[in-house]
Amino acid sequence: MDLPLPDDLFDLADKRVTMAEEMTLEDVREHVKVYLWVFASLAILTVVTVLVSYLSISFTPALLIALAIATLKATLVALYFMHLVSERQVILWVLLVSGIFLIAMFALFIGAYADQEAIAALIKFLPTGHVA
Amino acid sequence: MQIPYEVTARPDTGVNNAKLGIWLFLASEVMLFGGLFAAYVFLRIGADAWPGMMVYGTEMMAERADEILNVPLATLNTMILIASSVTMVMSWAALKMDRFDRYKLYMGLTILLALGFLVVKAFEYGDKFDHHWYASTNNFLGIYFVLTGLHAIHVTGGIVLNAYFWGPGTKLWKRGTPRDKAHFTNRIEVAGLYWHFVDLVWIFLFPMIYLI
Repeated sequence: MDLPLPDDLFDLADKRVTMAEEMTLEDVREHVKVYLWVFASLAILTVVTVLVSYLSISFTPALLIALAIATLKATLVALYFMHLVSERQVILWVLLVSGIFLIAMFALFIGAYADQEAIAALIKFLPTGHVA
Repeated sequence: MQIPYEVTARPDTGVNNAKLGIWLFLASEVMLFGGLFAAYVFLRIGADAWPGMMVYGTEMMAERADEILNVPLATLNTMILIASSVTMVMSWAALKMDRFDRYKLYMGLTILLALGFLVVKAFEYGDKFDHHWYASTNNFLGIYFVLTGLHAIHVTGGIVLNAYFWGPGTKLWKRGTPRDKAHFTNRIEVAGLYWHFVDLVWIFLFPMIYLI
């Protein structure tokens, strides 16, 4: 039995044919060249990440640079090795939703941390003998 | 109820079932690793010193991760994993070109590189154990072993999966019909998506744990 899905999902499937499904031999050869370029870029970016870590820069800029390079590398892997560059919208929606949940989870952690400070500050001003 | 096993795209989703399935699985993996990354951030912003006090005969205060972790080895492992991602995607491309011999070569290389990653990781862990540094030593080593250990389990799972597709799983391709070949190629594409995700996780793990 085929699984029923909401009609709205039909709108997510555009008319383009995904790369993985219909490719000519020439297309595959072209993509192999791209894979090799991506490999070279990833290797260079890895070396850059390590070199930057040996520079004497303070924590925050070092963190931002490392995360920026990691994000760039991850984007290259996702777009070209995982074929997101030509993937259907339904997959992109799955990723978008998981990205939103990931950000929400980080926000909960950071919110809890910020709350600890706020609660500590509040307790400081509470009347003596008050039990929270 | 039976989910049809077809490699053609469904008209409603626009993708085949296996591809949608693996992406949904990867979305859950994002949350799994994301939770641990969040734990890492939480531990770190709450720490007075990072990595902090190490119990090593006499107590030692580590100010930078590279004082206790081997950055050159981790860089080598990063290169190994990136290379294995390339050989994985090349193995899929070889099948699309109907070059089964090339597929065997690239998939074999992917497995060997993944094994190489685990060997390097074993040396790295061995060095920590030699120093009597365990997950219980401090928060840094706790989250280090959890994150890298979970990642290593994923690498091991990938090796088992890819070894199956390198060996017994190739029977499907060898049947020789276009339908069987399309199904086998689809399986390799899906296995590849998992493998690239494992690479992607390491891309973030490496700078966060070893370099910052």
